[in-house]
Amino acid sequence: MRFLFKTDYEDDIKLFPHSGYVVTYGVLLALLLIAPHVLSSYLMSQLVFVCIYAIVGVALLILTGFTGQASLGHAAFLAIGAYTAAYLQKYNVPFPVYFLAAGLLTGIIGAMVGFPALRLTGIYLVIATISFALIVEEILARWESVTHGNEGMRVKTLSLLGVAVPRDSPTFYYLCLAVLVLTIVGTLNLLRSPTGRAFVAIRDSETAARSMGVNVALYKVKSFAISAAITGFAGVLFAHKLSFISPEMFTLQLSIEFIIVILIGGTFSLHGAVLGAIFIVMIDPFLTYLKDDMPGIIAGIAATFGAGAATAGNIEAKVAAFASLNGLKGAIYGIIIVLFVLFEPLGLYGRWLKIKLFFQLFPLYKRATFKRQKIYVKSERNR
Amino acid sequence: MLDFVQQLVSGVALGCVYGLIALGFVLVYKATEVVNFAQGDLMMLGGFFAFTFIGMMGLNYWIGFAGAVAAMALFGMLAERVVVRPILGYPQFSIIMVTIGLGYFLRSVAGMIWGTDDLKIETPFSQGVLRMGSLVLAYDKLSVIAATMILCTLLWLFFNKTTLGTAMRASSENMLAAYYMGIPVKRVVAVVWAISAAVATCAGVLLAPITFIHSNVGLVLGLKAFPAAVLGGFGSIPGAVVGGVLIGVIESMAGFYLPEGWKDAAPYIVLLTVLLLKPEGLFGLHVRKKV
Repeated sequence: MRFLFKTDYEDDIKLFPHSGYVVTYGVLLALLLIAPHVLSSYLMSQLVFVCIYAIVGVALLILTGFTGQASLGHAAFLAIGAYTAAYLQKYNVPFPVYFLAAGLLTGIIGAMVGFPALRLTGIYLVIATISFALIVEEILARWESVTHGNEGMRVKTLSLLGVAVPRDSPTFYYLCLAVLVLTIVGTLNLLRSPTGRAFVAIRDSETAARSMGVNVALYKVKSFAISAAITGFAGVLFAHKLSFISPEMFTLQLSIEFIIVILIGGTFSLHGAVLGAIFIVMIDPFLTYLKDDMPGIIAGIAATFGAGAATAGNIEAKVAAFASLNGLKGAIYGIIIVLFVLFEPLGLYGRWLKIKLFFQLFPLYKRATFKRQKIYVKSERNR
Repeated sequence: MLDFVQQLVSGVALGCVYGLIALGFVLVYKATEVVNFAQGDLMMLGGFFAFTFIGMMGLNYWIGFAGAVAAMALFGMLAERVVVRPILGYPQFSIIMVTIGLGYFLRSVAGMIWGTDDLKIETPFSQGVLRMGSLVLAYDKLSVIAATMILCTLLWLFFNKTTLGTAMRASSENMLAAYYMGIPVKRVVAVVWAISAAVATCAGVLLAPITFIHSNVGLVLGLKAFPAAVLGGFGSIPGAVVGGVLIGVIESMAGFYLPEGWKDAAPYIVLLTVLLLKPEGLFGLHVRKKV
């Protein structure tokens, strides 16, 4: 096991605490850079979605994970970013300009949502963000002169410095990857700055933060604005990837998916956003696999255990019928959320840390290291 | 004028349904400070149970109704035991997520079992209308209003006049203190969930003639019940119903007098306004924050 001796403040806030990090992330980046030459076009497309979801996940982590302000309205910010891009594109505004404009506008709207949210905590904040998202959805459907209502808007091919970048091209993937990496590095820098530490202080105890001189209102609004702006950037990429946007894409369902991203990944580290994004995006290919290949495989297993051909065929048909049931995806989402909250509250990244610690400490690992503190419920009304 | 009264009555009837769902939120919130995002889906499930008993098995309406309520009360206890109890006392966000997950699960499973078509329950009062002059009021809407008033009164009496109700209020204030006072907190919470699921079932069955039952009805109406609960002040039983009625009336007036689109947005605009101006709602308690 490696021990890190920190002798001064600079050691404490290093981006790469030791050389192992540089090697690991270097290899990961190299693999991601050669991915377009190796993977099929379908998987590449999924990888672009992973990037976009991970960007939103990072944004949500800043707000929910590090500032402690839950939001179920991030689909609305994504929609505002996407629609800004689509609208400005009609007037031949170049990509860098509308990319930044989308982020700026979403950030301003995020700050505007943040102001009312100052007075709200817990459940009220969740309800308020849901209402905000529903109102935005309604506006998108009705403000036809700008958004074309329910007909939706076509998004033209991205053109970067005069070169067309089709949505399936490796260049588009590199663009999304670059935005993701920049977002992550930017967020890491933010989190080790006074602003980031103020966020964490607010999450841990608002009262304590205030008594230490943190301007709670200012930092909450900042957190909302930054989170919204990053989601707006993701929205531009999302619009280009789909090449068509309409209000029914940005529903509460999408907001919940974003929350699932950080919930599954782990809400205490940026790794969580990426892991969760991979998980969520890969559910669709997994379901397709379940539908196409699983019945045959299970029937094969049944046959090797001595089931007759008729029984095996019967089993195959039943599994196929189950896998193609309509609401299976929703049911899987539901089960995943419940199981993760109940049994793996630290998410996939937490699981990874546990496995790592198990091998580092080998015979001495204790389960209780990661045990959650349980408190008796006291009324929020008197808190 | 006639249009206005007509809109008012249908708004009140719809609002009573919102109020009943909000009542379910409020009951659970009062007892455990857990907000159950799956309340609308419990209502949907209750409607489907009633449909199974009445529509498919051909039971008498009232027997089927009672059967659905009993079955859902058991289901509510089960859901509390399996999903909510293990994480009581953890951050509220975890609990919200668990109930959202439960809602997802119920919605898709109901879709798998009962299909995605709109279902209809035959009720004794789905046909007739009450004529007062030139005013025409449908019995099914009036039945919703009457049932809501009865349920609300019963629950109010239960919470304020019975020992069990007092125990519930006590455990909502401070679980540990309630436990020290000899209140079996776990059992109390289980009973609260049973009552809440039963109230949701009543809403679902009463709603069946007005908007048909389908697997997504819970999501749509459950989201509308939040403005109702917040407007009435989370944690107040009469508040939930009054808030529900107000939201229902606002929605139906907005649908009639304002341009298209306002109908769906109006409840949420009201909600945000209330949260901004008077976060404790109409009937909520105003408390100062203590450090």
